[in-house]
Amino acid sequence: METQEAMEVQTTQPEWTPAIVAFVCNWCTYAGADLAGTSRLQYPANVRIIRLPCTGRIDPLFILKAFERGADGVLVSGCHPGDCHYTSGNFFARRRWTVFKSLVDFFGLDERRLHFSWVSASEGKKWSEVIQDVTDSVRQAGPFEQYPGRED
Amino acid sequence: MGTMEELRALARDLLGSGRVQVVIGYENAPRGGGVRPAFITSPEDADRLVFDDRCKNNLAVYLQKKRKEVRGMGRPAIVVKGCDARAVAGLIRDSQVHRDDVEMVAVHCPGVRGEDGCLDARCSVCDCTTPELYDHLLGAPVAASQEGDPLGESVERLDQMSRDERWAFWMKEMERCTRCNACREVCPICYCDQCVQDKTIPRWIDSSAHKQGNLSWHITRAMHLAGRCVGCGECERACHAQLPLATLMRKVRDIVEVSFGERPHGDPEKTSPLGVFSLEDSDSLFK
Repeated sequence: METQEAMEVQTTQPEWTPAIVAFVCNWCTYAGADLAGTSRLQYPANVRIIRLPCTGRIDPLFILKAFERGADGVLVSGCHPGDCHYTSGNFFARRRWTVFKSLVDFFGLDERRLHFSWVSASEGKKWSEVIQDVTDSVRQAGPFEQYPGRED
Repeated sequence: MGTMEELRALARDLLGSGRVQVVIGYENAPRGGGVRPAFITSPEDADRLVFDDRCKNNLAVYLQKKRKEVRGMGRPAIVVKGCDARAVAGLIRDSQVHRDDVEMVAVHCPGVRGEDGCLDARCSVCDCTTPELYDHLLGAPVAASQEGDPLGESVERLDQMSRDERWAFWMKEMERCTRCNACREVCPICYCDQCVQDKTIPRWIDSSAHKQGNLSWHITRAMHLAGRCVGCGECERACHAQLPLATLMRKVRDIVEVSFGERPHGDPEKTSPLGVFSLEDSDSLFK
């Protein structure tokens, strides 16, 4: 009986699934995510991966655009420091994201919506864990309806 | 001899000897009791130059490559306060102007004041009353004002708010921005030939005065100026919607200082903090 009720609730009110955009570098995190797939690791399916050459190629505007277009959370991920395919792209990126994160904190953006990680090509397991973490955290934050342009 | 006479004599000399073809400085405005930027091209006109605490404009903006009408006037001398000298240093660092192509006439600056005689917020806790980069230094050293730190206080007020309150505060502010672009035009460090907010394919930043594009614009502007902003506060002065842009830029300065230990300076040889990195940079942000 209980399960039937629960099922009814679910059919009338489908559970909200967060939309998460992951900006990842081609050489490490994308390959790591690929490894997670080929290893048949399970992780939440609500992340949309956008592949870029390097974390250094990721402009803060990409993140703002993602939020504008309906993302509830954003993840930026690339090679571990020292492992960049282009030697130093992720070091520059690290400085940029450090400033960007503090800046959007100052604007009052919910910190549960914006995540950063280093995931190497061999860390398929870590990728699935990161996505699990990010999804849980964005789920807690809820739909990002208060982002300007989305509430109306 | 007062600073003003020193300045006029120097301008006369520079123009007369042909070392420069134009002196970019300040003159009394015809109306309103204020000053306006002046472009003095002959020694006889040097007496039009003035310098006092009404001289708010950061004239370094006229050294940008895109100011073709000024560039066409010939080799310039420019009257700079401490913060303006830092802006010129920034332009030299970013290869926008060559050090030898500009004659820097720096003036000791006790801070600029409004019509009510009150010191501008941007000039409190000034650390460049004595300019750091110049060819000629006029006036006598003055002590920095200790009349409180209004910008630091408003940053702190915002920091102490809850996240949601801060978000609500900025959304309210973003509603007022009309996207007149005065903050961009008045900023000496905003020198791009094509600004990202003018790009249409793709349209990264919505151009209408809606808070969606406004938010993207002001975050992007702050990011582009991070580590390069000299804190002259011209953006806030130019903003007819009275957005707290100087507060925002002070916060950005604080973030850069806390994260990388760098403050605005007048050294054109030093790369800006976001143009370099250190292996020791904090990794705490990353999972």
